[in-house]
Amino acid sequence: MAKKQLITVKVNGREREAAVEARLLLVHFIRESLQLTGTHIGCDTSHCGACTVVLNGKTVKSCTMFAVQADGGEILTVEGLASSAGQLHALQEGFKQEHGLQCGFCTPGMLMSSYALLHSNPNPSEEEIRWGISGNLCRCTGYQNIVSAVQHAAAKMAKAGSEANLAEGVAK
Amino acid sequence: MGHSVKRKEDLRFIQGKGNYVDDVNLPGMVYGQVVRSPYAHARINSINTEKAKAVPGVLAVITGEDLAKANLAWMPTLSYDKQMVLATGKVLFQSQEVAFVVAEDRYIAADAAELVEVDYEELPVLVDPNKALDSGAPLVREDREQKNNHIFHWEVGNREATEQVFQSAEVRASVKAFFPRCHPAPLETCGCVADFSRATGRLTVYLTSQAPHAHRTVLALVGGIPENNIRVISPDIGGGFGNKVPVYPGYVCAVVASLTLGVPVKWIETRSENLQSTGFARDYHMMAEIASDRDGRMKALRVKTLADHGAFNATAQPTKFPAGLFSICTGSYEYAQAFCEVDGVYTNKAPGGVAYRCSFRVTEAAYLIERVVDVLALELKMDPAELRLKNFIPEDKFPYKSSLGWTYDSGNYEGAMKLALDRIGYQELRKEQAEKRKKGELMGIGISSFTEIVGAGPSHDFDILGIKMFDSCEIRVHPTGKAMARMGTKSQGQGHETTYAQIVAQELGIPAGDVTIEEGDTDTAPYGLGTYASRSTPTSGAATAVAARKIRDKAKKIAAYLLECNENDLEWEPGKFFVKGAPSKSKTIQDIAFAAYTNFPPGMEPGLEAVDYYDPPNLTFPFGTYICVVDIDQGTGEVKVRRFLAVDDCGNIINPMIVEGQIHGGLTEGLAIAFMQQIDYDESGNVQGGSFMDYLLPTAVETPHWETDKTCTPCPHHPFGAKGVGESPNVGSPAAFVNAVVDALSHLGVKHIDMPITPWKVWKVLQEKGVAA
Repeated sequence: MAKKQLITVKVNGREREAAVEARLLLVHFIRESLQLTGTHIGCDTSHCGACTVVLNGKTVKSCTMFAVQADGGEILTVEGLASSAGQLHALQEGFKQEHGLQCGFCTPGMLMSSYALLHSNPNPSEEEIRWGISGNLCRCTGYQNIVSAVQHAAAKMAKAGSEANLAEGVAK
Repeated sequence: MGHSVKRKEDLRFIQGKGNYVDDVNLPGMVYGQVVRSPYAHARINSINTEKAKAVPGVLAVITGEDLAKANLAWMPTLSYDKQMVLATGKVLFQSQEVAFVVAEDRYIAADAAELVEVDYEELPVLVDPNKALDSGAPLVREDREQKNNHIFHWEVGNREATEQVFQSAEVRASVKAFFPRCHPAPLETCGCVADFSRATGRLTVYLTSQAPHAHRTVLALVGGIPENNIRVISPDIGGGFGNKVPVYPGYVCAVVASLTLGVPVKWIETRSENLQSTGFARDYHMMAEIASDRDGRMKALRVKTLADHGAFNATAQPTKFPAGLFSICTGSYEYAQAFCEVDGVYTNKAPGGVAYRCSFRVTEAAYLIERVVDVLALELKMDPAELRLKNFIPEDKFPYKSSLGWTYDSGNYEGAMKLALDRIGYQELRKEQAEKRKKGELMGIGISSFTEIVGAGPSHDFDILGIKMFDSCEIRVHPTGKAMARMGTKSQGQGHETTYAQIVAQELGIPAGDVTIEEGDTDTAPYGLGTYASRSTPTSGAATAVAARKIRDKAKKIAAYLLECNENDLEWEPGKFFVKGAPSKSKTIQDIAFAAYTNFPPGMEPGLEAVDYYDPPNLTFPFGTYICVVDIDQGTGEVKVRRFLAVDDCGNIINPMIVEGQIHGGLTEGLAIAFMQQIDYDESGNVQGGSFMDYLLPTAVETPHWETDKTCTPCPHHPFGAKGVGESPNVGSPAAFVNAVVDALSHLGVKHIDMPITPWKVWKVLQEKGVAA
């Protein structure tokens, strides 16, 4: 048995510590060590994006990273998208409302890529959305309703944001 | 019915709470890894497993010889052939299963698999199916009595009468078209967790299965385990598209390992293993010829096809139809005569020939007829839309008996096509094309007016391994008026949990939200043949309606008892029975459900349940017209799909949102097949499309915006007039894409280009014709 390394990672807001083999893939750490099975594996070549998570604010394909490389980092997986009270994220609502999923296997990765996209570009055009999710493959939807789902979420988040700003303005 | 109800299944998927096979984690579970052949054809001199077994954490290494001792080295395919589970004697294709390593974790299993030493002696390789029947061709299957590579010859229609029509024909048009080997490539690969309990003698297998009941029966037959001691659970499935219909060697190995070790064994294939060894699709080398008069009236069709099935005939075709429903190749048109023949051959390639998002070879058939009709239009110098309109089976001739024997249930081909032509602005597009041609620019318009044949199928014609292709539904209405329904089908993303609940809601008036749908557990669901070939709505959907109607019949008796009236005095509106002329005197289905357990008529059996095994009287025949508009970049050969309109007719629709979603997805898969995908082999039998590096799937960037519309011609024999639809876009679209590209180049003398139409292929044509920029 190979020597294990101790790593500490903050996952969905919770500090996790584990002793892992140096070669353990981050996706296996997430799925098997932490039992967060929402993150999926769809290929061996970094093409499909089913394993996408957000690490330190940026998307990574967790099948292409070792768990030890995430040591000290902060990870968001699909399980961390909804609020702790169970309120769905605008993207999750968008995917449901716009029929942005069928078999559901690519969905967690799509959600995480879309999350990172909206974080950096809150009002993306259709083309920007298509490029933003181009690292994630979907075999069921033909992407059209995923694009609509992201637009749905962007509009909702913009509205929530402007209402918050308005409320802030009134308070002032 | 007819409402875009949001999907029930979504809540778990969007929160990462789906339960796919690889998510199943049982106490004490260990992992299997398949050792695969690097050669396409080689004698196995010896296998040395000692080094692998010596790796700490390795529990077992199983070889074909080990399996042979238990008579498990071979297993039956779903097409009356047999397939090696683990190779004995020789390997027949690259990546064939040779040994199975079981270890405490998947990393150790992978390490140990590297240490299995196999001494191979290479043999001559048969790659080209056109050479399979040559004398002196390498013999792929030494195990068969028949010492050649021929699997089957199948023909239908009247050869002589067709020949006579051709001899006197004014015009003949033909096309030689290859439908390349492609792969369904669902995003989730295949796998299982086999869990044999020595304490109970029961085997539970969590399986990526589109047909869990049939797989239970196969496991019982192969493994010799009593069928009542096998439970197959098909949990959430990450896409199937036909890939998860066959039984794969990895499943059998995991089961054997669990039986041997008495612990749960997980086997999940990698993407490369999925593409290189599991059920591929198509690989049809086709020739079609059409006879017509000078005015474009079609007279006869003949088709000759060579089918490459790889090393084992591991298709999953109904018994009577070794080439599936390929004889739908007469398409949407009328002819006096037709004849079709198919020969299947073995080669040193991965086994399969599965129905990839297709009702058993219908995609090949639809592509071929829609291609050759365009070639005929070129010969006649006639507009392809006009030629089609001239030859469609007219609406008033349905039900229509085709010259190859099918009874098309219903159709209005002209209606769908005229809507499509109108919506896309066909005449304007032709004008634009003419103007562009004057400027030397390349633009094409492609039409495909396909007819599908789905919903297998009637028991007089359809079985797989003898099991008739009915399907089922069991509904239980609980005392509080909520219901649970189970089916023999299995959703892989089609949204059954929502649409079946909508059917129950329609028939019983119980809100869809109060109806839970469960599929995939063979211990609880009634027997059925599963989900593929667009059969769920035509079979289990029908069974759901019929079972609900049985419940309604009983409910009526209970309502009459409660209302103290005669049954004949009651009328039904969704959700309640009321007394004719006195609508205030009524009982809701919830009242009745409660009474079924608490206050039922004397002598009546308590409870409110029904089961139906539905044997459809005919198949359903969805159809449509697809129109594709492309522009070709003369510098790069890249084809840009400017517009794509799909007009579909699948009869009455349960959930328009789900139907539209399926059409988007199927069109995207069609796009990939037309422009990007092929699993090719080099002369040594090395697979050339064995990972997503070289087997391309379109991303959101390559995928165009799809336009959809519909007409509605209800199925006359289905309980609520529905037809299948999931496969139409994949069946109908390849011809539209290819016809559009050929149309863009037809004035240069181009009549056909084989798929996949890559930029390189187009650029070569542009060079040859002197129009490259």
